[in-house]
Amino acid sequence: MTTLDRTGASRTGASRTGASRTGASRTDARPPGAPGAEPAGRTRRRRTGRRLSVRSRWELALLLTPALVLFVLFVLVSIAAAVYYSFFDWNGFGPPTKLVGFANYTKALADPMFQGALRHNIQFAVLSIVVQLPLTLGLALLLNGRIRGRAALRLIAFTPYVLSEAITAVAWLVMLQPGGAVDEGLRSVGLDGLVHEWLADQDLVLYTLFVVATWKYIGFGIILFLAGLQGVPAELREAAALDGATQWQTTRKVVLPLLGPTIRIWIFLSVIGSLQLFELVWIMTLGGPAGSSATMATYVIDRGFRRYQFGYGSAVAVLLFAVCFVFALLYQRFALRRDSAGALSGRVD
Amino acid sequence: MRRRTNGALVMAAALALVTACSSGGGSGSDAAGGATTWWHNGTQDPLRSVWQRAAIAYEKNHPGAKLDVVPIQNEQFPTKVPLALQSDNPPAVYFNQGGGLLATQAKSGRVADITARTSGWIKELGAAAQGWASDGKQYGVPYASHVVGFWYRKDLFAKAGITKAPATIDELKSAVAALKSAGTVPIALGGKDRWPDAFYYNYFAVRECSVDTLKSSVAKAKFTDQCFTRAGQDVIDLIALKPFQAGFNGTPAQQGTGSSAGMVAAGQAAMELQGDWNPSVMQGLTDDPSYKAELGWFPFPSIAGAAGDPSVALGGGDGFSCTTKQADACADLLKYLTSAEVQTDLIASGAATIPVNPAAEAAIKDPVVKEVFTYNSKASYVQVYFDVALPTAAGQALNDAVANLFAGKGDAGSVAQAVNSAG
Repeated sequence: MTTLDRTGASRTGASRTGASRTGASRTDARPPGAPGAEPAGRTRRRRTGRRLSVRSRWELALLLTPALVLFVLFVLVSIAAAVYYSFFDWNGFGPPTKLVGFANYTKALADPMFQGALRHNIQFAVLSIVVQLPLTLGLALLLNGRIRGRAALRLIAFTPYVLSEAITAVAWLVMLQPGGAVDEGLRSVGLDGLVHEWLADQDLVLYTLFVVATWKYIGFGIILFLAGLQGVPAELREAAALDGATQWQTTRKVVLPLLGPTIRIWIFLSVIGSLQLFELVWIMTLGGPAGSSATMATYVIDRGFRRYQFGYGSAVAVLLFAVCFVFALLYQRFALRRDSAGALSGRVD
Repeated sequence: MRRRTNGALVMAAALALVTACSSGGGSGSDAAGGATTWWHNGTQDPLRSVWQRAAIAYEKNHPGAKLDVVPIQNEQFPTKVPLALQSDNPPAVYFNQGGGLLATQAKSGRVADITARTSGWIKELGAAAQGWASDGKQYGVPYASHVVGFWYRKDLFAKAGITKAPATIDELKSAVAALKSAGTVPIALGGKDRWPDAFYYNYFAVRECSVDTLKSSVAKAKFTDQCFTRAGQDVIDLIALKPFQAGFNGTPAQQGTGSSAGMVAAGQAAMELQGDWNPSVMQGLTDDPSYKAELGWFPFPSIAGAAGDPSVALGGGDGFSCTTKQADACADLLKYLTSAEVQTDLIASGAATIPVNPAAEAAIKDPVVKEVFTYNSKASYVQVYFDVALPTAAGQALNDAVANLFAGKGDAGSVAQAVNSAG
């Protein structure tokens, strides 16, 4: 699986960790506990700008160069290469010579398999927001309160996130097989009626994968929300309590609005993650049965590395990139605008 | 500044090359020193040790020769080989399974034509080496042959009152009925992986079509003869009997005790249509070796009145190809790997079941394996699995279309149609 990571899904993996880092640091910067840092930095830079500029430019250039080179080499060049290859009918061996224009794109958009894959990605994203978000948020609120064994519970919730996606997938593949641990567990508590062909039933398989993905990523969401909850000032809760607000009212009117930026970041990461969903599906079902769990990323790898249609695979990869890119832009523009405006101006609302 | 950027660029590029070259093994450090890099798929014993022993013996017998042995997981070859064949530093020797994919790889110009270098000894390997040739040129050499057939449990057959292995499809169907009424899952199938599904379609086509039709259809990558549609109908008819375990479409073939191979090893299913490698796969899926005594083998049954010759086998093989980089050293190594010495080690250690060099036949001790070997060597023709024999795009389209049949999608003609429209 590692080669797949390195080639096809490398962007997936990289951007996910990259994105999560952004997400975390942004929420870290959010808490109003440290409001002075950014404006202070800005004023100092403005005041002493001229004297430091030559040296700091050198330092900046020096420190940025390695990262920039790697970024250009492994991100921009790869994207450019994918776009270039996408215009060829190319099997991956030898140089591409057969230029076909946009034929690969029109073929992909007309392919019911690709349409199905795109639909599954969107279904996954919607399920994440509708099911995973309330669940994660509820658990985070619970774990933020004073309950017994809080530290242990947090650790348990976070553990699956530490496992690699490949290990998660293999473990659940074995557990979900007919007669596997899941079915046996259900039978042993008398829930025989719930036993299903989890990965073989075309109507069920996507939901099974969703449950596994939720199991894996819920810990990350909880940590994110717990960090966000640190930023809810205790005074506000106290004030609400003094005003006679119930726990539920305080949560709804005080805590959730202040958690807004964190929730918006979570949704962003979750939708991008759903659009790029790969390893879990590839290892557990290969996109089957009969394409019922295929995603855009599994479709790319299937056409590229299983059928050796590298030009066509590149075209689909570019489409996947475009979908993610457009979503990211629109989301930044409309949903995250308020948050980022606040972060840039350094003002805390 | 400019110089620094250039330096960093060079460093990054060098880094990329180094990681690309040594990522498979641990010891890529002296790869540049003229060593012959050998990519094989023996990441696990016994094959890993066999190749290790072979490498040591080869270096000992060839003073000055240096092998850089890199075991790579099977699943990584589809991604690594195309990249390697475009890079300036491909391995000298790499694993493949011949057929349509090797022919495609050969078109890159990086795969060495070793016809002249192997002409002195390749005849000893018999017909098996043909799968590694394209347009009359030898692009590689197999080290082991494979054949597909039914592995079955004698104890479960006996329990169901079946006295002899089914020789015709009708007998197979009544065996399925008998096993079902005895409360046994008749056939285990690893449908998640798709290629085990394809074995059924492939074998039905081999039994429905004449050898001439098979040869010409595969060569043209067009399945237009009606026999390919009849094969599709045969698959549908078999599925209609519900001979497979529940959830077979999500069951892996070789992963975990609940896989199809694991089910047969544990006695949860009576048979499985699989390759000769199946016993060694089962070995890793159960602690209880008692299944070995109960394991039997029979060839895919014949179809009464069909054009196919019942003595045609479905199979393939494993082998190595050379790149143009060190073709002489590579061909020399391949000669050693197919020698009686290494072939005997392959068989004796259980790393392979069917040697390509008949000189190693004596090493086969297991009577069941001997049966498989005999069937393979007496086969009037060996049809290579369609996904390997056909151009890759058509082969994978076939596998997917067959998997769809098993998932209830498509009709008798849909597999042939998938092959004809792949491209």
